[in-house]
Amino acid sequence: MNDSIARRNRRVALAAFATVAGMAGLSFAAVPLYAMFCRITGYNGTVQAGGQAAPGAVERQVTVRFAANTHPSLPWKFEAAQLSMPVHLGDQGLAFYRAANEANRPVEGVATYNVTPEVVGKYFHKTACFCFDAQTLQPGQSVEMPVSFWVDPAIAQDPNTRDIRTITLNYTFFRTLADAERNGALASAGPHVGRTATP
Amino acid sequence: MAHAAHDTHGHDAHNHAPGFVARWFFSTNHKDIGTLYIIFAVVAAFVGIGLSMLMRLELQAPGMQFFADGQMWNVAVTAHGVVMVFYVVMPALIGGFGNWFVPIMIGAPDMAFPRLNNISFWLIVPAFLLTVASLFVGGAGTGWTLYPPLSDIQYQGGAGVDMALFGLHLAGASSILGAANFITTIFNMRAPGMTLHKMPLFVWAMLVTAFLLLLSVPVLGGAITMLITDRNFGTAFFKPEGGGDPVLFQHLFWFFGHPEVYIMILPAFGIVSHVLSTFSRKPIFGYLGMAYAMVAIGVVGFVVWAHHMFTSGISVDTRAYFMAATMIIAVPTGIKIFSWIATMWGGSISFKTPMLFAIGFVFLFTVGGVTGVKLANAGVTQILHNTYYVVAHFHYVLSLGAVFGIYAGFYYWIGKMSGYQYPERWGQIHFWLTFVGVNITFFPMHFLGAQGMPRRYADYPDAFTGWNMVASAGAYISGLSFLVFVYTVYLTFARKQKAEANPWGEGATTLEWQVSSPPPFHTFDELPRIR
Repeated sequence: MNDSIARRNRRVALAAFATVAGMAGLSFAAVPLYAMFCRITGYNGTVQAGGQAAPGAVERQVTVRFAANTHPSLPWKFEAAQLSMPVHLGDQGLAFYRAANEANRPVEGVATYNVTPEVVGKYFHKTACFCFDAQTLQPGQSVEMPVSFWVDPAIAQDPNTRDIRTITLNYTFFRTLADAERNGALASAGPHVGRTATP
Repeated sequence: MAHAAHDTHGHDAHNHAPGFVARWFFSTNHKDIGTLYIIFAVVAAFVGIGLSMLMRLELQAPGMQFFADGQMWNVAVTAHGVVMVFYVVMPALIGGFGNWFVPIMIGAPDMAFPRLNNISFWLIVPAFLLTVASLFVGGAGTGWTLYPPLSDIQYQGGAGVDMALFGLHLAGASSILGAANFITTIFNMRAPGMTLHKMPLFVWAMLVTAFLLLLSVPVLGGAITMLITDRNFGTAFFKPEGGGDPVLFQHLFWFFGHPEVYIMILPAFGIVSHVLSTFSRKPIFGYLGMAYAMVAIGVVGFVVWAHHMFTSGISVDTRAYFMAATMIIAVPTGIKIFSWIATMWGGSISFKTPMLFAIGFVFLFTVGGVTGVKLANAGVTQILHNTYYVVAHFHYVLSLGAVFGIYAGFYYWIGKMSGYQYPERWGQIHFWLTFVGVNITFFPMHFLGAQGMPRRYADYPDAFTGWNMVASAGAYISGLSFLVFVYTVYLTFARKQKAEANPWGEGATTLEWQVSSPPPFHTFDELPRIR
């Protein structure tokens, strides 16, 4: 063996470790990239948040249904004020959710949201929503929370979506991490939640 | 550098191995490190097989007999999976046979970075200890997939998951160092005349495996690092309440996890090619096609990961893509299967133990491959996802495929590695016990899965009793067969029947059969010239 082989070995190994560093970097870069990908493509029912106002109604109608879920760590009663409502494509819709804090301290919650069928994501616009920000409810406080939305008339042209007559709007309310931290719930979640003493 | 040292001392210290501690603890010799890896894999196999025996004892009858609760059950399932994947199959195939035979087969004096090789081995030992120790501090009841939110601190409060994750980090670091070493060795250290297209298929398999490791393991490292910080430092990479997405973890995990299954099977492909060719006394059929089929499997293996996530709520177009891409893998795999059969066709076959295991591999891997094509159908998977059908499928390709590859390699090379030939009769007994045992264990799981028995539960409705009892009986036979294996190894070393340089005759053509058994401490002081 000689020096030239040692040098070549070092070069190949450096390339290998550079690849490793690159892949590790990509795995972290995947976090913002994945969020961006979902936002742009409406992947997994990611709705178009904010953005322009409704362009004006066309004749065709869809039914929008409203679902509400609450994570067990959030001591709220959270429900939709209406089960469903018809809206014209391109027309502004306004719906309400009710939330009541059942704890005896202020609690901050934040909602995740999407629509099903998932392909509707890129056509479903929310112009304003309680879900864009964290919400704080005082002990016993009960509020009505609005969401205004419109459905892009282009939905009737896309072959993947033109058969869709019902869109379900879904929310899951979580306790925010900041709230959990303030109350020490991050560190003391309890040993083995979900484990039962006897099967 | 190490090469220079070899050169100056090589001639006087031809067969003078260093003392015990220097040889086995500070070892930089690829053969000694390979031996250490194989011993390590056998030790880890006791843990992995022991856990599977406990699991089959529990599932032998409905109701809870041995496990206190579902969490404890999941801990056992997880530890079984992690131990088998990272501490049995990978060390045996890659660290063990890879270290032993890649340098010899390409006519290199050693690996490119002998010290790095030593570090690779000594990282895997603490990794294994961390994983085993995690069993005693609550364990990780997450499945080897580690999906959040189940792996979050709310649901897995103890240090068990963290220890398992750190263990995976160490095992991953070990694999990455090993992979860089193999790539450098194979690219730079081939003997004169050993062109890439003359390399033995086992070396090709190790080259593709090393690339898969290099590209996939860092992604696992990133994902579990984020999991650790989510669990312990209040980040929210995978927590929806903080803006994260648990499904992203599944993507990252399977971007690693799917290549990982090829990492486990490709070296076995290589071994089986050698064994079939040797015992058929024919060169391998379609050498180049075999080599590039492995490359194709490696490349396509990176773009099919979401077929593990068909029920995670991905859109129908995405499912259609991943389904089609997954089925395409059946093409290069089919090339391999048919080339193996064509290698045997018209050959002068002798059914020695390695050959039995290799033929068993081809049969079992084909069964697992066929169920794999069925599971690739996104529609069918809606029903079969997380049932015992999946368990049967991946045990046919891994527990039977990869493990039969390990056994084939072990019997094929034990004479070369130790200098002692194994007792043929006991080898045959071991093969038949294993073959019958594993088939009785895993074939009924197809029926259970098709009937809807879900995996990851310690209990089941009475309707599933019959086939579960059969599977457990098969598992005990398989467990016994492992003890027979250990006894066969003991006999090999106790009988001291000297192995010739080439005990297999004219069919064994690769370079390792041209050196003595065992090879001298330093092989190829004079580089061989390949014509």
